[in-house]
Order: sequence, then structure tokens, then C-alpha cells
Amino acid sequence: MSEVVEKSKAPKEPLFSKKNKKLVTDPLTDNNPVTIQVLGICSALAITVQVEQAVVMGASVIFVMILGNLIISLLRNMIPSRIRIIVQLVVVASLVIIVNEVLKAFLPDVSEKLSVFVGLIITNCIIMGRFEAFAMANKPWPSVMDAIGNGLGYAGLMIIVAFFRELFGSGTLYGFPIFGDYIEGNGLYSMGYMNNNMMILPPMALIIVGVIIWIQRSRNKELIEKN
Amino acid sequence: MAINKDSNSYTFVFAIVLITVVGTILALLAMGLKPMQAKNDEVKKKLDVLSALMTPKEMETIDRSNAAEIFEKYVNLEDALVLDAAGKVKEGLKAFDIDIRREYKDKKLQEADRNYPLFIAKKDGKTFYIIPMIGKGLWGPIWGNVCLAEDMKTIQGASFGHQGETPGLGAEISQPFFVNRWIGEQISDESNEFSKFEIVKDGSGAAMPSRVDGITGGTITSVGVQEMANRCLKVYVSYFNNL
Repeated sequence: MSEVVEKSKAPKEPLFSKKNKKLVTDPLTDNNPVTIQVLGICSALAITVQVEQAVVMGASVIFVMILGNLIISLLRNMIPSRIRIIVQLVVVASLVIIVNEVLKAFLPDVSEKLSVFVGLIITNCIIMGRFEAFAMANKPWPSVMDAIGNGLGYAGLMIIVAFFRELFGSGTLYGFPIFGDYIEGNGLYSMGYMNNNMMILPPMALIIVGVIIWIQRSRNKELIEKN
Repeated sequence: MAINKDSNSYTFVFAIVLITVVGTILALLAMGLKPMQAKNDEVKKKLDVLSALMTPKEMETIDRSNAAEIFEKYVNLEDALVLDAAGKVKEGLKAFDIDIRREYKDKKLQEADRNYPLFIAKKDGKTFYIIPMIGKGLWGPIWGNVCLAEDMKTIQGASFGHQGETPGLGAEISQPFFVNRWIGEQISDESNEFSKFEIVKDGSGAAMPSRVDGITGGTITSVGVQEMANRCLKVYVSYFNNL
């Protein structure tokens, strides 16, 4: 009963209060899920070769995370703590499968593009990380905001990394040639410019993420861990 | 009413309820959507065959909505054949219903017992032979269709597909630049012997017949394409030689 009384006393928080807005904006900069929380690195290797893939993956992760955070947050007072990780896993896996099955039936072309990402979304540690760190302890609305923020933070970083990898690795952006046609050898290529094949290989994603982390922490010294 | 959420019984009940609910939702969804998915798969199969037969320019006007109609216009399924591993015609089987992917995955089925469908298309008064292929990439199945010109040797068109190859690397096999490297290659030499395909890294593929340049960073998928082409196309060469 005590809980109910407390609720009625507290003034109702507006939907877009400062605190809720911060949940969205923080992960974009000083609490970025990839560069600060260092989550979701594994998918960063796989899908940042082309900008298009990064955009599709980013959108899928945002979608799954909003629904997942909402469901986990609604169930948070019912989930037994000993099996909470399994429950989170069941929720995210079922969500991804449902989305994939529906797409397969109604939008087969989109489903074909996404099929690659299904496994990657389920194993994306940002989703499980936010379930565990935020949705398990917060009300549904802030959890949705947190999902949007972290999803955007993840997608944004993926697109930045993919921008550099696609531009210097393949000489294109979103599939459009920037430096001229590599196979025909015109444009910049006729002057002896070469694509950097190392950019296509997975380790370069880590190096670019590392450089971004370096730049971010040298601009904001507070982010450097002390130990 | 207070429930001890840390008790074993609560944990068990919660787990059972959760998996029942989730399992029911997933099962109902899968059953309900199955007919639509099967129809989509059939259209996709026709699209794959067409994309080997038609030029890229013609393919721009073909999508899922008109694929079945155009497929019927060019490909006569009555002419389609099913071959055995030795290249002999098998009677009484419908080529379009052969699921080469299921047969490839079926561990109990010997390689010699697999069926090999062959589609015959008529376009602009010429006959074309379309061969479906199935193989294994890095993460999952890869497939393709090769369209042979009237001489039953020269690859006139091709298409490749995959389930989950790495985006930007192995997944590039379905891109036109890789598909174009196969066009003009020959599946048999002057003495009508099968010529083995080789995916090369040194860029010599363009100049040599039955050699194709691979994809940087997509080595395992490229090798998968090579294995797929060699295993599948060989059967058809023995059929064409016995004609």
C-alpha cells in the first residue's frame, strides 16, 4: 500500500522532462554505448564495411531495443532475479524472430536484406546490457527513452565508422562512387589513387573505434577512467 | 499478498508461463504466416532463374509482382528436365518442385542420389539452358543460377544469392561486378570435357577461360562459389555431351 500513497503524492513527471531528455541525449555523446560503455563492438566489426548496412542494422537495433526495453520494464517486478538473464534473452530472441517472420511474409525484399542481421541483433550486447542495467530498474517510459538514446548512439557510431571504412576501403558512400569508378580506373584512380584494402578487413573497425574513443576522451578528460 | 520471488516454485512457475506464452505466440505466428512465406519463396525461385536469363537492363522491369507472368512467358516448365548425378534424364519428376537446397542439406541422401533440375528457356528465338546450383559459404548456404547459351557451353548470364554471408565481403557475390566475371566463361573445353573453375586472387581471371577473380576479404565465400560451380555444373556437361 505504501507505494501507492507515495505515487499519488509525487507530482506527475512530464513526458519530456529534463531527466527523460537526458536519457536520450547522454548516450549520443558522453555515455555512448560503443565508445564509453564499450558494448556492441562485435557487430561493429561485421556491419561497418558499408554505410547502408550500418543504417539497416542501426534501425533494427533501435526497433528491437525500444520494444524489448518496454517489455522488460513492464515485467521488471515479476522477473525472478535468478533467471533474469535468461528471461531477457528469451524476450530479445522472440522479438527478433517475430519481426523476421512478419517481414518474410509481407515484405520479403526487406527480409532478405535483414536476414544477415538477425543473428547479430540477438547477440548484440547493447540490447542485453540496457535490459539489465536500465529496464530492470526503471519505469516503462524512461526505459523507452533510454532505448531510443542508446539505439541512436549505437547507430550513429556505426554510421561514422562505416563512413570512413566505405569511403577509403571501397571509394563509395552508400554505394555511390565518390572517387570515380575503381574497375574502370577513371576519376581519382587514373591519377594513381588506390583503395585501402585494409579498411575492408574487420580489424580496421576496431582501430577506427579506438581513434574515436581517443579523440572523445582527449576532448573530455572526465571520461578517462582513473586506476 | 506477498510472493517470495526468490523461491524455487515462483521461479519455476514464471519460467514455465514465460516459455508457454512465447512458444505459443511464435508457433501460431509461424503457422499462420507459412502460406504467404511459401508463396514468396516460389516467386523468389522464379526471380532467381529469370535474373540469370534476362539482361540486367531487362531485370529492372521485373519484380515480385510480375515475376510469375514473365517466367511463364519464357520458361516452359513442360520442357524442364531432372537429371541424376550421372547426367541421365530422370522421368516422372517435376523440375520446379525439386528442392535442391533440402537435398543438399540432407545428410542421409548420398551425393549420387541427388536430383539436378535443368530449365530450358526460349528467348528471342534462341534456346537457353538454366542450371540451378547450391553450395556452402562461410556462414550458411549460397546458391546461384547459370544460364548457358545455345552452344551449351558459354555462360550467358548468372545470378548468385546467399543467406547470411558477411555484408560487404562475402555478400558481394550477388553484386553485378562479381556476376559479370562469370559471363563468357565456358563450362567445357574444345573436346567437350568439363573445365574446372578456379577462383583466383591474382587478378588473372578476366583473361583466362574458366578462371574467375575472387572477392577481396571474401575468400571463403569465393571458394564456396568455386566448389558449388564445379560440383553442380559437371553433371550437366555429361548430359550435354550425350545429347
